[in-house]
Amino acid sequence: MGRVSTAVRALGAGARVAVDRRRTLGIFFLLVAGAIAAFFGYNVPGQSQAHFVLNLASSHAIPIPDLVVPVRATAFGLAAACAFLGTIQVVRGFGRWAYAVLALVIGLFVFAFLAWAARNSSVSLVGMLQGTLVRAAPLTLGAFSGLLCERAGVINVAIEGQMLIGAFSAALVGSATGNALLGILAGMLCGGLIAVILAVFAIRYLVDQVIVGIVLDLFCLGLTGFLYDRLMVPFQATLNSAAVVPPVTIPGLSRIPVLGPILFDQNVYVYLMFVLMGLIYVALFHTRWGLRVRAVGEHPRAADTAGIDVARTRYINVILGGLVAGLAGSYFTLGAVGQFTKNMTSGRGFISLAAMISGGWTPVGGFGASLVFGFADALQNFLSVLNVPISSYFLLMAPYLATILVVAGVVGRARPPAADGKPYVKQ
Amino acid sequence: MSENPDQKPGRNRAAAARDVIQSVIAPQSSIWSSVLVVVLAFVTALVVSAVFIVVSDPNVIQAPDLLTALNVAWQDVSGAYGGLLTGALGDPSTIIAKLSSGDAKVAASAFYPLSETVVAAAPLVFTGLAVALGFRAGLFNIGGEGQVIAGGLAAGFVGFSVHGLTGFVELPLALLAGFLVGMLWGFIPGLLKARTGAHEVITTIMLNYVAIYLTYYFLNTTLFQRPGRTDPISKVVDSAAMLPSLAALNLRVHAGALLAVAVAVAVYFLLWRTTLGFEFRAVGANPDASRAAGIGVGRVIVVAMSLSGGLAGLAGANIILGVQYSVTPGFSSGLGFDGITVALLGRGNPVGVVAAALLFGGLRAGAVQMQAATSTPVDIVQVIEALVIMFVAAPALIRAIFRLRAVRGIGAPTVSPGWGG
Repeated sequence: MGRVSTAVRALGAGARVAVDRRRTLGIFFLLVAGAIAAFFGYNVPGQSQAHFVLNLASSHAIPIPDLVVPVRATAFGLAAACAFLGTIQVVRGFGRWAYAVLALVIGLFVFAFLAWAARNSSVSLVGMLQGTLVRAAPLTLGAFSGLLCERAGVINVAIEGQMLIGAFSAALVGSATGNALLGILAGMLCGGLIAVILAVFAIRYLVDQVIVGIVLDLFCLGLTGFLYDRLMVPFQATLNSAAVVPPVTIPGLSRIPVLGPILFDQNVYVYLMFVLMGLIYVALFHTRWGLRVRAVGEHPRAADTAGIDVARTRYINVILGGLVAGLAGSYFTLGAVGQFTKNMTSGRGFISLAAMISGGWTPVGGFGASLVFGFADALQNFLSVLNVPISSYFLLMAPYLATILVVAGVVGRARPPAADGKPYVKQ
Repeated sequence: MSENPDQKPGRNRAAAARDVIQSVIAPQSSIWSSVLVVVLAFVTALVVSAVFIVVSDPNVIQAPDLLTALNVAWQDVSGAYGGLLTGALGDPSTIIAKLSSGDAKVAASAFYPLSETVVAAAPLVFTGLAVALGFRAGLFNIGGEGQVIAGGLAAGFVGFSVHGLTGFVELPLALLAGFLVGMLWGFIPGLLKARTGAHEVITTIMLNYVAIYLTYYFLNTTLFQRPGRTDPISKVVDSAAMLPSLAALNLRVHAGALLAVAVAVAVYFLLWRTTLGFEFRAVGANPDASRAAGIGVGRVIVVAMSLSGGLAGLAGANIILGVQYSVTPGFSSGLGFDGITVALLGRGNPVGVVAAALLFGGLRAGAVQMQAATSTPVDIVQVIEALVIMFVAAPALIRAIFRLRAVRGIGAPTVSPGWGG
């Protein structure tokens, strides 16, 4: 003990924080293990079983039998697995894999919860996972929008507004032209226009970025509400009844049981999300462009000295972010219901922002955090078949409370770009 | 919040220092140029909104010739803005006719538009003060919505579950409950920010959702739900807990307006006449310098966020005890976010907040009449408000539009740049 603490002291404050964080995460894993055993295993009769349906009526996959698991044994097994991971984390840590392990532990917890909630009943696991991915797609795209802006040092709180105006214009143009692609492009364009306003105010006029963002959200809420009453209500049939983009089945791959219906028989926006995730990851971390963007977001003066045009980089990234947010918005109309309603994004742009932050300003992290919200969103449709004694409203609250915990650094805190939100004045 | 490491001494530093001195020592300077900017911003916002009104009218687009189109456009805009004005203040000739009618009820109805303006303005004063107080301490309380809901739930609960008390006891009790639970909703993000650095913008938004789901939960319990109802609606608050009407005679104006003014005075006194208020403003202006000067920055953050939440909670209490008399989902109707615009327009100053709330309250009340008279959707008011704030926040833009040489703008406060990671 004495030697350890001396070594820690010798490593300095930074290392001490790292050790604390490692232990905190390990203890969190152990607590999850305890929660799984106590809530989902301890009080359950040994003979209880949960049926997970692995086929979807609409899918092209080869049918396979249902998965039947004993609830109590599953919970104890998963608890043991979490405890094992937690012990390793406390003792020596997973290093750079810590966040992947965290995702695994959350996944195990969710599975234990589902097994417990579906005890003596049956639930479509594949349907739930498919729904989770679909619901996560717009949130992930929103998180990408925030990411593109913030990596260049501009906070985009206007995602909500960009999504809303994207949803509106996609429905309008998609209905008027009968062409979904034109609708999606219109949605992106309008999201981009809002981004131009954000960029001009934030970069040229140096107005506080969070404030401009919020005001733009209110502007879009008012404008889409006004135009909805003005154009869409009287001309519902011609201006607000777009065809929904049909799901795309990938031949061959969609025949794989379980994975087929979840990944290869999906909404177009899910594919778009994965494509953009790869693109943004590579562009941001493995190209010269990405290095420049990150330099502008971390240390604009150094970037400026090295000859990078800070303002130009920021303008481009904010507008790119707006285009992506507009795309995310078009999901709500063209990807889901085909019709616009007032305030239909209902705060999902803010959820995207939270997902981006808890995902540590990385594309994969943003996707992972969005999955949590997507799952909660999808869960709403399954609550009636689940066997949960607590009010469903508390279940629906859980992802928001979890986000607070993540942002508060209970589970480990990520670092934002150093110049995030700070205007840069060339000297 | 760490300072930007790039900032070199020079013009920026001097400007920042001037802002700090201005915000701490002389909050009321340059009031006339502020008013000028607001007026110009308002005019610009009305012009831009008029464009939206015109281009979204099918009759303008389908008009046979330009003259007809212009005529229709003029009727659109003048009808809408005229309706807005008479809806907010009343039509002078109607007011005179009603006042000279001799009948008390008819005469009172002359003040109906004004009464509606005040009713709409009162909750905006509370949420505007909540956000303004946060701004002064360098905090951006974006979770007014959740705090309004939490406060309204608590005030309503006391209002309909406590019986047998006189209004002198029960009403203050219900208001206090709203204030305290709103405070709790602000205390949590304050504590998290002070202890862990979690940015209040994210934590307060998350708490908004928690409050929304709590409302649904409670409205489905026997504790809250009105007997015999299956939809989410609470019992009706006792008359002893209702904010008394100020006018009777079918006017809705109630004592919440007086309370709002009293609270604005109290916030002014707190900010500029007490040590705590000085600490708020010092931390808001420069947290590092404040820490060096021995101010407990963490404590200030917790207290400021709590008070801010409490003020927003009062807005919820005001709606439940003064207008709705029972809790329903969505009763907050964006009040928390409207508070941001009110605080920005009111320059984070209690007097300015009251003025801005009256202006926006008038727009809200007028919009209802405008929609009834001209079928221009009420949402245009939100567009106008957002545009006013955009122009006010960027005085350089207004300066460029109107080719003014120097308008000392009021600008928007800079609230803790970055996420404080």
